[in-house]
Amino acid sequence: MVKKQDQPVSGQVYAPPVYPMKTKTRITVLFVVMVGLLIYSSQRTEVTFSSLATGIPNMVQVFVKFFPPDFDIMDAVIKRLAETIQMAVIATTFAALLCVPLSLLAARNIMPNRWVYFTVRTFLNILRTIPDIVLAVIFVGLFGIGALSGILALIIFSLGILAKLISETIEAVDMKPIEAMRASGANSLQTICFGLVPQVLPQFFSFVLYVLEINIRASVVLGLVGAGGIGLLLDQQIKFYNYPQAMAIIIVIFAAVVIIEFISTKIREAIV
Amino acid sequence: MALQLPPKKKRPFAKRARNWLIALAVIAIYIWTFTGIEIDFAKAGERMANNFHRVIPRLFDPNWETFSQVMDKMMETLFIAFIGSLSAAVLAVPLGFLSARNMTRNRVLTVAGKWILSAIRAFPDLILAILFVVAVGAKPFAGVLAIAVGSIGMLGKLYSEVLESIDMKVVEAMEANGANKIQILFHGILPQIIPEFLSYAIYRFEIDVRASSVLGYVGAGGIGTLIYFASANRNWNDMGMILFVIILVVTVIDLLSGYIRKRIV
Repeated sequence: MVKKQDQPVSGQVYAPPVYPMKTKTRITVLFVVMVGLLIYSSQRTEVTFSSLATGIPNMVQVFVKFFPPDFDIMDAVIKRLAETIQMAVIATTFAALLCVPLSLLAARNIMPNRWVYFTVRTFLNILRTIPDIVLAVIFVGLFGIGALSGILALIIFSLGILAKLISETIEAVDMKPIEAMRASGANSLQTICFGLVPQVLPQFFSFVLYVLEINIRASVVLGLVGAGGIGLLLDQQIKFYNYPQAMAIIIVIFAAVVIIEFISTKIREAIV
Repeated sequence: MALQLPPKKKRPFAKRARNWLIALAVIAIYIWTFTGIEIDFAKAGERMANNFHRVIPRLFDPNWETFSQVMDKMMETLFIAFIGSLSAAVLAVPLGFLSARNMTRNRVLTVAGKWILSAIRAFPDLILAILFVVAVGAKPFAGVLAIAVGSIGMLGKLYSEVLESIDMKVVEAMEANGANKIQILFHGILPQIIPEFLSYAIYRFEIDVRASSVLGYVGAGGIGTLIYFASANRNWNDMGMILFVIILVVTVIDLLSGYIRKRIV
């Protein structure tokens, strides 16, 4: 039955509301809550429009000091950048190797045992919540300053991300070939090698490249705590107020990230 | 009769050559990496043997006296992430519209918008934080700015992808019926994009909580400040407490945001 209000009244065109009343109230409540939270948190963090207004001219003043960038320290920068990339490559390789068993254990369709599945899943979730800088600080405390601490921190950091992405890929595969193989008497190892791996491999390499990108970015963080890489150099230059040199380093990092992202996007497009 | 596999299909020469080239490049990268890196395993092993009992057991024995202080700083981190991602969620909307091909007819503008967004994304958050700390001083405000600017890049890109995937038939029908731009925006476009925009904004908040817990290390406020002090003083009990609070709060935020996102999409 047509509701009364939906019937056109003679002489005027009736337009039904685009958004139902329920959605409207919901959005209004949400809006009020968000604004309230915003006001409260801006008080807590002392962020106000006036600080923004005074901040912007100040910012312009400071940013001018960064220009023109001074590329005289290029030799040191290139050496550190090479170290950064090497650390990322090593860490990504080890994380890729380590994540294979972990992601198999954390895939519901491969791991029949509920308890193992949940334990590994929870472990991975906790692993992913630990910020990279905390891992780096801990490993520097253990192994001292140097690239090794950075590599270990990156391995743990990327292991969490990679294992999660890959276990989700494994859960999304087509199970029919695997069931067929099981039915014709293949053992677990055989089903994984010939039924699962061919389906997952392109995605696997794509995610590994993605994690390599993340690791190169993260190694900026690592340098700050003395775990090797280009971040250390940047921190030193900022602390000594060598802003033009710092700008040169920032430009180099920026260029490196853009180039590596470009290459890895092209490769990922080619293999998936 | 012996069972036999069918003969393998011959691959074209170009493809084989390409695969060989890729293999060679990968091998070259690995040789460069492993010969180039300098690691003093002996020294690191020695240090590890000395430090192990000083670090690891203390990490698992967090200093509960600092719980309220750590929690307070963690809340500050959450507030920084909230303001940062909320302002980014709003500021990214015009950029998203600018770089969506079906919203901006001018190709030069869309390409420019995409370039701006990817340039922002290429900056690691921490470098932005370092720059803003230099600019506005070591306070949470610097963290908010770093988070806001850093999030605009990703949100703008995701927004523009959502916009490019909307059903344009609705918009065309409205245009044909003589609706003006504002009517099309409010009744044709917004209903299609709001759930996904919200979902991405919440997802970015999740990332920003992780990101802003690090920013304090360079002076941009939040729990990172405590990480800095704990690491400078080698106070591993405090570090254990910080780690515990971060794991707890981030897990809760992840669960909540996952739940909300599932509801709205």
